[in-house]
Amino acid sequence: MIGHLPQLVAVWLFAVGLYGIVTSRNLVHMVICLSVAQSSTYVLLLSIGFRAGGTAPIFLDVPVGTRAVDPVVKALALTDVVVGATVTALLLALAVQAHKRHGTLDPEEFRSLRG
Amino acid sequence: MRSQTQRRVFLVAMAGLAAFLVWGMAGLPRFGTFAGAYSQFLNAHAVAQRAATNVVAAITFDYRGFDTMGEEFILFAAVVGVAILLRTQRDEEERSPTEEAEGRHAPAASNAVRALGLAMVGPIVVFGVYVVAHGHLSPGGGFQGGVVLATGALLVYLSGEYVTLRRVRPEHLIDAAESAGAGGYVAIGVLGLAMTGSFLENVLPLGRPGALLSAGIILPINAAVGLEVAAGFVLLLSEFLEQTLVLQPRGGGTP
Amino acid sequence: MTVLLAVVLLGVAAAGTATVLTRDPLDQAVAASFFGLLLGVLFLVLQAPDVALSQITVGAVALPLMILLALAKIRRQEGTRSGQGAGSPPERPEGRR
Repeated sequence: MIGHLPQLVAVWLFAVGLYGIVTSRNLVHMVICLSVAQSSTYVLLLSIGFRAGGTAPIFLDVPVGTRAVDPVVKALALTDVVVGATVTALLLALAVQAHKRHGTLDPEEFRSLRG
Repeated sequence: MRSQTQRRVFLVAMAGLAAFLVWGMAGLPRFGTFAGAYSQFLNAHAVAQRAATNVVAAITFDYRGFDTMGEEFILFAAVVGVAILLRTQRDEEERSPTEEAEGRHAPAASNAVRALGLAMVGPIVVFGVYVVAHGHLSPGGGFQGGVVLATGALLVYLSGEYVTLRRVRPEHLIDAAESAGAGGYVAIGVLGLAMTGSFLENVLPLGRPGALLSAGIILPINAAVGLEVAAGFVLLLSEFLEQTLVLQPRGGGTP
Repeated sequence: MTVLLAVVLLGVAAAGTATVLTRDPLDQAVAASFFGLLLGVLFLVLQAPDVALSQITVGAVALPLMILLALAKIRRQEGTRSGQGAGSPPERPEGRR
């Protein structure tokens, strides 16, 4: 069981983030919980590619052939982090405009507004 | 009461999903024993094939350069989305930031903060350019270096000089820089298409691994991505700052 | 699975839980910044220095800043709205000003 700790932490982060989104009463709080849920995927990806005793796959000062971790998942996670933050900024802009139009940040209130 | 039932239903559903996920994860190989064939092949041969000592950068910008182009355009689209969402509405008007600054009652930054902040902008910009330029040699690349460059602009604002920030980052220049970065990536791909018939083919000389001018097109692509990410984040920052400090409802608002 | 990795993983889980359970968005921005920093440390321990570099610059600096700016704008809008007329309804304001 302890050998699967990284995967368990990833599932826990996802569950916690989702719980925050479902029970949130504030749009900005919801957006931050979404970014927590997103980070669970980075943890999962990087923990899958890890090789015990390996070093970073950068062969500037170590000879080629040294045991290294998986570079493919790192390439995936790298762009993911930056792009995820930009999309979070887009969601924050949406929240600001929603507050400007409706005067409230509570998602429960939006349901009762018509037209 | 409705939120209580909502919470309970969610917890039950989440417990079911979590059990499912954990059962699936138990089938994965033990932590630390990953043996993917693709990654082992790349670790052994990428340096020789692509003359880039940073295998991750070789994957991101060379082997899978097409996917990175898609990611870069997601970033571009998100920044455009923020710019559209936070544009000046019909019932808002811009107030000059200098008169706005006089009306605010926030304490001005002390001279120490201002001096230290502005003194650190130079080293940060140099560091950002270094990270972008050495992307194919050591950890770094366009994405990280671009964000570091954007934090240089952020420092100017944090030292209490929003007015200076507006002067230093003329908006048209930032827009042009961002579009140039996004378009530059495609232009490099088209160069490969024109020269060898396949998009994003590595057509520049490969050089010797470890030298600064090596790994073919990875360096120009890093520069384009760094430019685009830096301009994108500065644009995001200025949109939010403009909302907070400059825009106000038409008709004067409340004093 | 070294002790360092286990400690950092548990720290990340705890920081994520704390970020979600903080209800006020202003406090949550600080918690999210700390969570981003711990996540960067985790990526470093997992031998991924470039991902750690991205995460620290983005998650500990740029993202909390944007959250704070959005909150400042919202607070300013609330000030304007309550200054116009006490207890204005949460629906669309009446007509054009």
